[in-house]
Amino acid sequence: MSRGPLSLILALAVCLVVSLFGENFIASKFAYYYDILITIGINIILATSLNLVNGYTGQFSLGHAGFMAIGAYASASWSNHLDPIILGMLGGPGNPLATNVGLFVSMFFAGILAAIAGFGVGVPSLRLKGDYLAIVTLGFGEIIRVAILNTDFLGASRRLSVTGSYTTLFWTYGSVVLCIYVVLGLVHSTYGRGFVTVRDDEVAADAMGINTTKYKVLAFVIASFFAGIAGALYAHFKAFLTPEGFNFFRSVDVVVIVILGGMGSTVGVTVAAVLLTILPEALRALAHTQFVPPAYQGLLENRLILYSLLLIVLMLTRPQGLFGDRGASRKRLSRSRGD
Amino acid sequence: MDRLIEILQQLVNGVSLGSIYALIALGYTMVYGVLRFINFAHGDVYMLGAYAGYLLAPLFAHIFKFGEFDTFTPENTLFILSGAGLIMILSMAICAVIGVLIERIAYRPLRERPRLNVLITAIGVSLFLQNMTQYRLGANPKAFPQLIPVHVVEGLGNLTVLTSQLAIIISTIILLIVLRFIVMKTKIGLAMRALSLNPTACSIMGVNNDVVISFTFALGSALAAAAGILVSMDSPSINPLMGNLPGIKAFVAAVLGGIGNIPGAALGGLIIGILETLVIAIGFPQWRDGIAFAVLIVILLFKPTGILGRVEREKV
Repeated sequence: MSRGPLSLILALAVCLVVSLFGENFIASKFAYYYDILITIGINIILATSLNLVNGYTGQFSLGHAGFMAIGAYASASWSNHLDPIILGMLGGPGNPLATNVGLFVSMFFAGILAAIAGFGVGVPSLRLKGDYLAIVTLGFGEIIRVAILNTDFLGASRRLSVTGSYTTLFWTYGSVVLCIYVVLGLVHSTYGRGFVTVRDDEVAADAMGINTTKYKVLAFVIASFFAGIAGALYAHFKAFLTPEGFNFFRSVDVVVIVILGGMGSTVGVTVAAVLLTILPEALRALAHTQFVPPAYQGLLENRLILYSLLLIVLMLTRPQGLFGDRGASRKRLSRSRGD
Repeated sequence: MDRLIEILQQLVNGVSLGSIYALIALGYTMVYGVLRFINFAHGDVYMLGAYAGYLLAPLFAHIFKFGEFDTFTPENTLFILSGAGLIMILSMAICAVIGVLIERIAYRPLRERPRLNVLITAIGVSLFLQNMTQYRLGANPKAFPQLIPVHVVEGLGNLTVLTSQLAIIISTIILLIVLRFIVMKTKIGLAMRALSLNPTACSIMGVNNDVVISFTFALGSALAAAAGILVSMDSPSINPLMGNLPGIKAFVAAVLGGIGNIPGAALGGLIIGILETLVIAIGFPQWRDGIAFAVLIVILLFKPTGILGRVEREKV
């Protein structure tokens, strides 16, 4: 067996073991940290999948939260309406097999639905570039939110409770591993060089006979699939949903992670996802210590002020982010040619 | 007859809403003309314009007796309008300075970098303005002081036109004429047009491109501030996020008219405003925010250069 699939299975096995033996212990003894751990996982999935579009393929999507919303509401509806039937067949709600199968099926459903939406959005909008694409995806993200707000079946502006299964460490980090594996496997495969080519020089790629639109749509569909999975995990983790949880600023959170980590660097984006999930929590804790005058508490608690400054300063001083390397793909290509 | 009145009524509503979008869209289109990038923070300058008015009005309240008149009368009209006009001009001046500062601090250092970097910076600036306003002045909506008495204009039969709507439409017309004069008849306007045609040739001809770009930001920001004041006269509740949706819709208007084209932006703004009113009038008010995006997608698919835009070839 080659190295890739082997490391995937190993990583999944580690997740399973940790989840089987550590889940209850962490969840009961360190509930706060357990929450942060799950949130980190969800953010890693969102950011590494968006990185396929914004980093590797060089497009700029600002609507990732929209696809997350589709996944979240899809899996919530699935669990609320169909779980009772499935759980009944597999031995009732208390049965661990039943709840895990229920979660898996609803996650898969969420991913597929988000991917279909991603296809529908991607085909018309990915003919656009840069700034235009950013605004159109932002618009789609908002339209999805407005549509949920106007759909009574999905709870409209009220809270939609999610029943049935609960997100566990295994399903969260299993999805993280799968997402990273798919993204890395894709961009490092012969076929997947097409993504990076589109980013490096779209006109040249077109001239070489690469179907750039196809690559862009594919990147978008895969990213939407994993955003849907992340949404499903989020829904079963929070146990209730509101449309406001998926507004423009949620998309910005993910974009900031990708930019801080370095567009086109999966390692960087993963590290940035961990950092930027912990940082607002740490600042909030800091704001309530005696070292911070009350007048500045609001400044530390508002993560968006921090993010906005982070974006501006990063672009002025280090546009490639923490781990990014703009010429990485080109260097590697020329090296392999020299072999 | 009732049908006609109804149509006229929606047209008035649409034009007054569209005027706001037109004023904001002009800033997008002018900045795009000289720098070829979309100033994402422009909608927030509009918000700052409204907040500038909110903070300025109490300083002048005792001189101009804001909020003390219930109706326009022949005697007080000039007095009221000079008060409101002063607030508007001061707020426009403040926002012009803010616009120049934004360009100087955040955009100018990135001028030779990829456009994506500038876009990300612009998103950063937008978030910063919103959240700083929220932090300093609070997230709750604020009541905008009454600069002009708002009531139905008399003598129009069954047509309901508010004085605030009339103020929006007339002010927009005046501002558009002034803008037209600046762009077509003054030296700096000539430089703006030259810069948008070819920056290199423009600087070879002795134009200081930096000054022209700063001036463009000042002009666009001032127009956005005017829109912020005008909209707050009509619906006097302002909040730090009020610039988001109008900003995006005005961007759509600029694209619809042909981005980089000044009359196009005004035209696009009016069309978006009228379409939006139409969507409300035919009974889908909850989708009013969706129509602009639908228009944007249709335009970008079928005529990406917009109604009045020129075709630009991509050079390799």
